[in-house]
Amino acid sequence: MPETIIVIVEQREGKLNRVSWETLTAGQALATETGWTLEAAVAGTGIAELANEVAGKKLAKVYAIESPKLDPYTPDAYAAGLKQFIASKQPRLVLMPHTYQVRDFVPKLATAMERTAISDCIGYKKEGDKLLFTRQMFQGKLAADVTFTCDAPWFVTFQNGAFRGDKVESAPAAAQVETVKIEIADDVIRNKPQEVFKEAKQAVDLTQAEIIVSVGRGIKEQKNIELAKQLAEALGGEIAASRPICDSGWLPMDRQIGSSGQTVAPKLYFALGISGAIQHIVGMKGARTIIAVNKDSEAPIFEIADYAVVGNLFDVIPPLIEELKKAKAAT
Amino acid sequence: MKILVCMKQVPQKDAPLKLNEAGTWIREDVSYEVNEPDAFALEEALRQREKHNGEVVVITAGPARSQQVLREALAKGADRAIHLEDNAFVGLDASNTARAFAAAIKDEKFELIFTGLQSDDYGYAQTGVVLAELLGWPHATIIMQIEKADGGIRVKRELEAGYFQFVDMPLPAVLTIQSGINKLRYATLIGIKQAKNKPLRKVPLAEVQSAISGNMQKIERLYIPQKTKNTEFLEGPPAEVAKKLIEKLRNEVRVL
Repeated sequence: MPETIIVIVEQREGKLNRVSWETLTAGQALATETGWTLEAAVAGTGIAELANEVAGKKLAKVYAIESPKLDPYTPDAYAAGLKQFIASKQPRLVLMPHTYQVRDFVPKLATAMERTAISDCIGYKKEGDKLLFTRQMFQGKLAADVTFTCDAPWFVTFQNGAFRGDKVESAPAAAQVETVKIEIADDVIRNKPQEVFKEAKQAVDLTQAEIIVSVGRGIKEQKNIELAKQLAEALGGEIAASRPICDSGWLPMDRQIGSSGQTVAPKLYFALGISGAIQHIVGMKGARTIIAVNKDSEAPIFEIADYAVVGNLFDVIPPLIEELKKAKAAT
Repeated sequence: MKILVCMKQVPQKDAPLKLNEAGTWIREDVSYEVNEPDAFALEEALRQREKHNGEVVVITAGPARSQQVLREALAKGADRAIHLEDNAFVGLDASNTARAFAAAIKDEKFELIFTGLQSDDYGYAQTGVVLAELLGWPHATIIMQIEKADGGIRVKRELEAGYFQFVDMPLPAVLTIQSGINKLRYATLIGIKQAKNKPLRKVPLAEVQSAISGNMQKIERLYIPQKTKNTEFLEGPPAEVAKKLIEKLRNEVRVL
């Protein structure tokens, strides 16, 4: 039997989470490099159509793991169902996107199989026979190449944006779809999830903003938000923030950029005192131009910035606002 | 409610990190602080105790320096602390850390265990969920609200992109707590004084050794990430930097 890689795609309410395509791209690249067979799996109820959609991509087979117990999502049912499935298939690698849902069940699944997961990876390297998975550490200040020292199956989750979902290769003929029925006992599921909801209507749609001035911890005090607002106004942009600022109530929650807030891709993203934690970066790295001001020269935000100013934002921003006003008056 | 809070000491957010000689971990000579999400987990435990009575116990695994995290927690109001004290705990993967915790609390009867949703150093986001599985308890992650309900608790989970979900679950349970679930308190002078007399149990590595095994994953090397972008650093006094930024905004970014 050849070794296999299984990508478990994510669906919610019958719709494929688009980040799944990124994981499939990773799976295709890994399959090419290792010579291992690539397969995919989708779990839930009434997922035949989704399985067919995935089967159009370049891979050997798609498993539709069906059970009424898999809907709605619970970590108990997912871990139990996928454990059965994976134990029967014995893949070498199991790849998943690092979503909130995957984070919720993968450590449980891996532990139940007496294995481990290398989570939130941003890439991989193949060195001889060795497969190394690259992940960010210390909030992105350092990177680590990590290997498995246990037997297969190896569980790996990839960070949102680590691979290009639009680069996933299609195949001329659809791959075979195999329905897998799994049994989940009645007493396995202990959590009772309620309906998913959105807190309040989002008042601001930052995804449409061309220019965003965003503030992080470096702003220090609530009253200093005013300075950022002045800059946003002078640039004709919207004000936004990293999570800690919204947590502190200095700006409303609907101004938050990042994995738990909005994902934006403006023409200009002006980051003030934002260190660039992974959770923030995923929400703004698509910006066309990133300008970052931070006093810490090692701040991870500088890794992705086009223009960087290492310095105190309270020194740098006031003269910039003045210059912007002058430039405007001149036109 | 009897609540255990798992806490971790991590390098300070803006502390410059240096690699060790082997290039597998950072050098110890750096300032440390409590992992931020864990501080919110502690605060939530204290609030739950204020509402429902009970006990708040804090636990950490790490060398002598990490006792500071427990001292601060005791000063803020935790009742007692457990310290798995050894340098070796720093290098354990999430699975082994959870195994060590499970072994250290085997004679306790907690109703709830809180962890922060992830650590600022490794960032696995796994220890809490692994611990739940080892104990055979249900869990829920990225929690923004906890209410007592009939036969258990109702928690509010944060999902992606501004979505939430309430989940009803029985006790005992493990919850991983999201930053921002509450407002953190400061330790009072009286609290700091009282903390000195609160019980702190030290657990040597030998006591939990049989529960842990070799890590199932290994950091082969740690390094400064290679830049993928050609970042242009603008230098000079603020007025000059402002002028350079205007030039970029006008001619390169083209937003002026």
